[in-house]
Amino acid sequence: MSTTPTTRAVATRAAEEAALRKALSSTPRPPRASALSVAMTFGWRGMLKVKHVPEQLLDVTITPVMFVVMFTYLFGGAIAGSTGEYLDYILPGILVMSVLFTTVYSGVALNTDLTKGVVDRFRSLPIWRPGPLVGALLGDSVRYLIAGTVIIVLGVVLGYRPGAGVPGVVAALALVVVFAFGLSWVFTTLGLVLRSPNAVMNAGFMGIFPLTFLSNVFVEPSTLPSALEAFVNVNPISVLATASRGLMEGTAEPGDIAIVLGTAAALTAVFAPLTTRLYHRA
Amino acid sequence: MTTQSTLAIEAIGLVKSFGETRAVDGVDLAVRRGSVYGVLGPNGAGKTTTIRMLATLLRPDGGSASVLGHDIVREGHAVRGLVSLTGQLASVDEDLTGNENLILLGRLLGLKRSAAKTRAGELLEAFGLADAAGRLVKHYSGGMRRRLDLAASIVVTPELMFLDEPTTGLDPRSRNQVWEIIRTLVAEGTTILLCTQYLDEADQLADGIAVIDHGKVIAEGTPTQLKASVGSGALHVRLLDPEQRPEAERVLEQALDAVHLEADPAALSAACADATRAAEAVAELARAGVQIADFSLGQPSLDEVFLALTGHPAEEQGPEEAIATQAEHAA
Repeated sequence: MSTTPTTRAVATRAAEEAALRKALSSTPRPPRASALSVAMTFGWRGMLKVKHVPEQLLDVTITPVMFVVMFTYLFGGAIAGSTGEYLDYILPGILVMSVLFTTVYSGVALNTDLTKGVVDRFRSLPIWRPGPLVGALLGDSVRYLIAGTVIIVLGVVLGYRPGAGVPGVVAALALVVVFAFGLSWVFTTLGLVLRSPNAVMNAGFMGIFPLTFLSNVFVEPSTLPSALEAFVNVNPISVLATASRGLMEGTAEPGDIAIVLGTAAALTAVFAPLTTRLYHRA
Repeated sequence: MTTQSTLAIEAIGLVKSFGETRAVDGVDLAVRRGSVYGVLGPNGAGKTTTIRMLATLLRPDGGSASVLGHDIVREGHAVRGLVSLTGQLASVDEDLTGNENLILLGRLLGLKRSAAKTRAGELLEAFGLADAAGRLVKHYSGGMRRRLDLAASIVVTPELMFLDEPTTGLDPRSRNQVWEIIRTLVAEGTTILLCTQYLDEADQLADGIAVIDHGKVIAEGTPTQLKASVGSGALHVRLLDPEQRPEAERVLEQALDAVHLEADPAALSAACADATRAAEAVAELARAGVQIADFSLGQPSLDEVFLALTGHPAEEQGPEEAIATQAEHAA
């Protein structure tokens, strides 16, 4: 009976207080984190969320599978004469479409994040200002990669044999992910301007849906009325689809690749600073 | 005499409007280094907006302020390097575990991976969260979330901490824990700006208080000065039978001034600085047949200060807070 509950409580409290004092006194301020380290840390945050809620990956795994199977077997016979031939044409196109559709969710996720208190903490930290956004998009790029990989693996299972082999496929996937990174800045801007996740989703798909369909993703532009054909040919998504097909077959035009990278760079140059400004003002 | 270097916060005429509403309408503040400064006011008084401007999250529309010698508009980055913020919504990531939250902040503040992990473990231990370290924060109780929030604010010890209603919505035990943490922080030399709508919280923790209402500072001073500025002390009476309160109110109104019915249905008070008159008033109550449980003569409570300063009680709140406040009075 040497320790009554009261003395034990007092002892615990004293110990807690000592621990608290120690925790408070033991931190000299470290040098500021580099921009790269800040972005990577926010990317890690995105990965952790996927780890805790793996269901989030459904949209980047199930949806692409649906697209590949649906478009190949539904339209293959009608458009290209056989599903096998259409698969060769459409697989790079579906890769482009699925990954670009996923970019809309980057804006939706940012809009959802803003309703939470943690954004205030991020905004009050002495860090590289675009860090939270660049990091989130780096994390999302991993999602884009997953979506792309699912499509290519499924395509190969269904009989797709890319002429340029693995290196060509990897190069095409990389090009699509880089373009998606640039495009997602448009949706993060939307995510900060619009008021609800639903509004971001609706506005995002209202833009990306027609742009994707009015491209050469599904059909050869030469079959289209001339005005439409002209639009389809300058649509950056067509250029991206052409470049991806070219990389996978080993026939890519450097000019197309340059246009894709240039468009991604231009979108980033305009919308990344805009998003950063809006994020820190929100 | 205070000089520039001894002030942690110096705000002059801060203004912020949202559309037609002037949320903050010319706020002046002078907060000494190493002190706890309370900003006290009801919901919507402009407390949060003021804190958000000082923490560089909002750009003021007018006036100027410096935090630890740095202008909040021109030198925002320098300010952010010295302060930390605990927002009204707990500023932690619900979708991560407690441990991940602290490691994330450690990394963002420049700690190496291993140092960030060690620091997170140390803080979880110190804040009594070691057992919950691997649980997602969305499954934490309100008190645990607040403690994690405070831990997150001191991953790297800040020179100044903004605390925006750190105990709103907490049960009394969690609230005491948070107060203990704040006291320890202050003892270690951190300056704290504390926004609260709880009068006893400001009274308990703050060295200086600004009372704010409709975006303006309406009074400023130490808790004792504020109480004295209301002019007099008060006689507090508690009745055995709440049914007799109207009768007691009538008697006291004749004997003394400014009778105030308290939240406790058996309690009331009246302005009175003079012990003899107070004794007479108590005798009057006894003669009228009012049964008294206890009475005391004391300085006015901050509640009364607020009433005297603004003409309306501090409890202009939503139903939830009103209930919480009543529970406090009952306790």
